Amino acid sequence: MSAPTAAARPVRVRRSTRRRAGTALRYGLLLLVAAISIGPFLWQLSTALKGLGEDIYAVPPRFLPAEPTGGNFLRVGEVLPVWTYVWNSVRVALATVLLNVVGAALAGYALARLRFRGRRAALGVFVLALLVPGEAIMVALFLMMRSVNLHDTLVAVVLPGMIGALNVLLMYNAFLAQPRELDEAAMIDGADAWKRFTRIALPSVKGTLAVVAIFAFMGAWDDFLWPLIVLSDTDNYTLTIGLNYLKGTFVGDQRLIAAGTVIAVAPLVVLFLALQRYFFRGVNEGAVKG
Amino acid sequence: MAGTLAPRRRTAARPARGPAARRRAPRMQAAPTPWLFLLPALAACLLFSLYPFANTVLLAFTDARTLEPGSFTGTDNFTRMAEDHRFWLALRNGALYVLGVVPPLVLLPLLLALLVRDRGPGIGLFRTLFYTPVIASAVVVGLIWTWVLDSRGLVNGTLQALGAITRPIPFLTDEWLLLASAMVVTVWKGLGYYMVIYLATLNRVPQELHEAAQVDGAGAVRRFLVVTLPAMRTTMILISVLSAVSAFRVFTEIFILSNDTAGPGGRDITLVMLIREVSSGLDGQVGYGAALSLVLFGLTLGLLLAVLRLQTGRRGSR
Repeated sequence: MSAPTAAARPVRVRRSTRRRAGTALRYGLLLLVAAISIGPFLWQLSTALKGLGEDIYAVPPRFLPAEPTGGNFLRVGEVLPVWTYVWNSVRVALATVLLNVVGAALAGYALARLRFRGRRAALGVFVLALLVPGEAIMVALFLMMRSVNLHDTLVAVVLPGMIGALNVLLMYNAFLAQPRELDEAAMIDGADAWKRFTRIALPSVKGTLAVVAIFAFMGAWDDFLWPLIVLSDTDNYTLTIGLNYLKGTFVGDQRLIAAGTVIAVAPLVVLFLALQRYFFRGVNEGAVKG
Repeated sequence: MAGTLAPRRRTAARPARGPAARRRAPRMQAAPTPWLFLLPALAACLLFSLYPFANTVLLAFTDARTLEPGSFTGTDNFTRMAEDHRFWLALRNGALYVLGVVPPLVLLPLLLALLVRDRGPGIGLFRTLFYTPVIASAVVVGLIWTWVLDSRGLVNGTLQALGAITRPIPFLTDEWLLLASAMVVTVWKGLGYYMVIYLATLNRVPQELHEAAQVDGAGAVRRFLVVTLPAMRTTMILISVLSAVSAFRVFTEIFILSNDTAGPGGRDITLVMLIREVSSGLDGQVGYGAALSLVLFGLTLGLLLAVLRLQTGRRGSR
């Protein structure tokens, strides 16, 4: 062996074992964090699938149900109108999505693309609204809903979140990023603001619209504090309030609570898996820019 | 984002065609249209955000009840607050919550982001798994963890099977353990969210910096300390403020874990819980609730202004 290779080889060997050890460590950590992230969900799912005959308090805990059954999903519908709650949540979430998408797109377009006096004042209103946390105005909002007799209705659940200021600013940013020339060319061709909005501007901000829609859906579906304050009749409950109620009423049966939470989280998991790229959109945009 | 919020100025002036034409100047063309576009969103923000806020300010200086408008009482609500031990408990718990939750929410997501930054087999799947707790509602997450931490739940059952404990640990029925459990839940639910923010920033760190450091003989740890951390500084500040603001507004985690109470003897109460409690019911003391809301607003706004200042400071230095 000549001197140079003898010197080079140990270094390379050390490098590659170190790299392999690094990869092993990396995947070990990844698996550990994955177990922590997903474990509690799986434990809940497992409990929901355990039949009445199975001891859910067994020590040591059994992760796999001995005889998986869907019976708890039917039973939870018998003790509580869970499907009514699902339907209420669906209506609230869909209304919130529709109002946010339409309202934020219209306002964002006007702020970014139309010229008029008072534009900066309007922009200021949205920035100010962004600074007011919902928790700090919930008392006044409740009194307001009471005064117009809307308390204890799903309309009152939707109204405060109908058009988020953040969504308006997101759409504003998206429209600002469009090349101005397109708009000007259309203006010269005689297209009015509405036509330019629907034909030219909207099609190119579909990604941001999807982000607004998804997060509006998630926010409405997951919301707890405001519906808890404004709803009192159990028939009007949304799913999150219903689940809390379920816990209070049937503390004994953990299987039913587990089944309820599975029902609540399943639609979002499906939505998330189907539309993942929009959840991670910021990440990918960063990659393009960098 | 702050940079792009600056309004664009129109540079090209249009040729004037006499005084009359200039008065109907092009900048005002189709004057009602922009306001029609703005109407729904503007109405929503004014009606359901700024107007209730103005009302909160007014109510805070009255002794209003749910069904009575009340009368002006000056700063009575605030002097009452100073003597309300539950208010001080709520402030204490909020401060503890911020202290307990912010450091892990600033550091752990950064480490996670570094773990899933580079493409590799299965990395996309891991990103997905890490983000899953974010999409679930706080109620669902609270119920899941109530069962995990139950005296006969997963953690206690496992520890007992291992012989590590003889009696279950009272995660949900001890004043301090309950607070700590809620913090764990908040951190667990927030990890994926902040990981995504870090990933976006990490992607913008110029690769050349890493390569240059590598050429200079810097190891992985040193490259992290010298290249990655400084590049992450602004994002870390942003995340610490975002998480601090939401930590102070904690409600659902403690509410659910404590089974709709505020912990043993009500000692795990938070500001939002207190606001809800004093203002609810037909005889709710909404005036006092509004005063508490103002305190909550002041604390969150202070933190938000801090971040805005840091943001502009960063832009100025570049």
